[in-house]
Amino acid sequence: MVWLWNNLGLVLGLAAEHARLSAIPILVGFAASIPLGWVASRFAWLRGLLLTVFGIVFTIPSLALFVVMPLLLGTRILDDLNVIVALSLYAIAMMLRGAIDGFGSVSPDVLQSATAVGFAAASRFWTVQLPLAGPVLLANLRVVSVSTVSLLSVAALIGKGGLGYLFTNGYQRAFPEEIVIGIVFTLLIAAVFDIVLVLLGRLLLPWSRRAGRAA
Amino acid sequence: MNFFADAFAYILDPAHWAGDPGIAQRIADHLLYTGLSVGIAILIAVPLGLLIGHTGRGRSFVIGLTSAARALPTFGFLLFIVLLAGLGLAPLIAVLVVLAVPPLLAGVYAGIEAVDRQPVDAARALGMSEWQILGRVEIPLGLPLMLGGLRSATLQVIATATVAGYVAQGGLGRYLIEGLARRDYTLAVVGAVLVAALALAIDGLLAVAQKLVQPRGVSRGRARPASTRERRSSRVPAIIRTPTTEGNL
Repeated sequence: MVWLWNNLGLVLGLAAEHARLSAIPILVGFAASIPLGWVASRFAWLRGLLLTVFGIVFTIPSLALFVVMPLLLGTRILDDLNVIVALSLYAIAMMLRGAIDGFGSVSPDVLQSATAVGFAAASRFWTVQLPLAGPVLLANLRVVSVSTVSLLSVAALIGKGGLGYLFTNGYQRAFPEEIVIGIVFTLLIAAVFDIVLVLLGRLLLPWSRRAGRAA
Repeated sequence: MNFFADAFAYILDPAHWAGDPGIAQRIADHLLYTGLSVGIAILIAVPLGLLIGHTGRGRSFVIGLTSAARALPTFGFLLFIVLLAGLGLAPLIAVLVVLAVPPLLAGVYAGIEAVDRQPVDAARALGMSEWQILGRVEIPLGLPLMLGGLRSATLQVIATATVAGYVAQGGLGRYLIEGLARRDYTLAVVGAVLVAALALAIDGLLAVAQKLVQPRGVSRGRARPASTRERRSSRVPAIIRTPTTEGNL
């Protein structure tokens, strides 16, 4: 604990970097999976294609993906973008199936009723289909969030791992406490992100709590 | 793109395959770590998952364990254990087993949980014992999802065994770590290409197995539009599903 107090600035700085480098891919993954999930839920051939492509991306071990990113993107090795893009790809891979399930979970009767009462295609999507898919999307987004926060620490091996720095540094100095502090702060960030998502869900999807209990 | 060309040239050079440690040796190490730890994890997770899935008791335990396992930064956990227990095969395998059990357990549990209750009740009504129901109805019907759990667990182990190259002397991760440490980027790309190829090959084999064990009647049932009938697997909570648990069924 003494170490933590003496190095609080370092730990908090790394935690802030960790939060930033994991929040962006979570948001990107969510934003990208909505259009992708929507087209995939409409067109069967696209569904197979997208699931296969992102299934393959998901299969590649994270360290390997981090390392080849500069080659694919033309970035420098220490560029934030390498980690952000790699984690975004994983986030989409994890989120896509949930998004397809989410849009598929909306009953076609409801969608036809919406059309019948005069919703245009776009407003039907934004005001009917997306909110009804919300609870499934949220459940999957929470998984993506937790996984992304924990996955980022591997990027310490390419110098961009946020709190993962405490793992490599603690190991090199044979100082287990530093590693434990890294793990605890990583879990804290994951917990904070999860709480934020749950609260956002209650705010934006007030009906889902009751429905969730009934189901 | 030059690095890719160099990396492929390195991999295609037979001289780099033989010897100790050559590519062949490191692939063998990687397969040994993966096979050993997934094997041990199967011995632990399958009986437990079948028990939980069949009785329906301990569901929240599986979900809690899976969530905790997802949140745990595996790299930090690995370094912590190696620092405490020393750098040998046993601590490394132990860490990998700990990481493989939750996705496997989740897959086995989810496989049983997602089985339609009607055939199970029908089997019970026909007078099958609980063991017969488990062995002849629930396991065959749940096998694809269980193999999905095996795929997730195997991928997790292959990825962590790669990162373990930071501390261990064997496995394909060594190319990545040595390449990064020596600023020999070609060598790092060699490691990345080899480990990605290994992961894709093993996952591909398991995906084929997953297709083969799909009971025919069930795949026909799946052809019904998802909207008219809730997907069976949607009963399984999101936390224990991954892109591979369900494959592309």
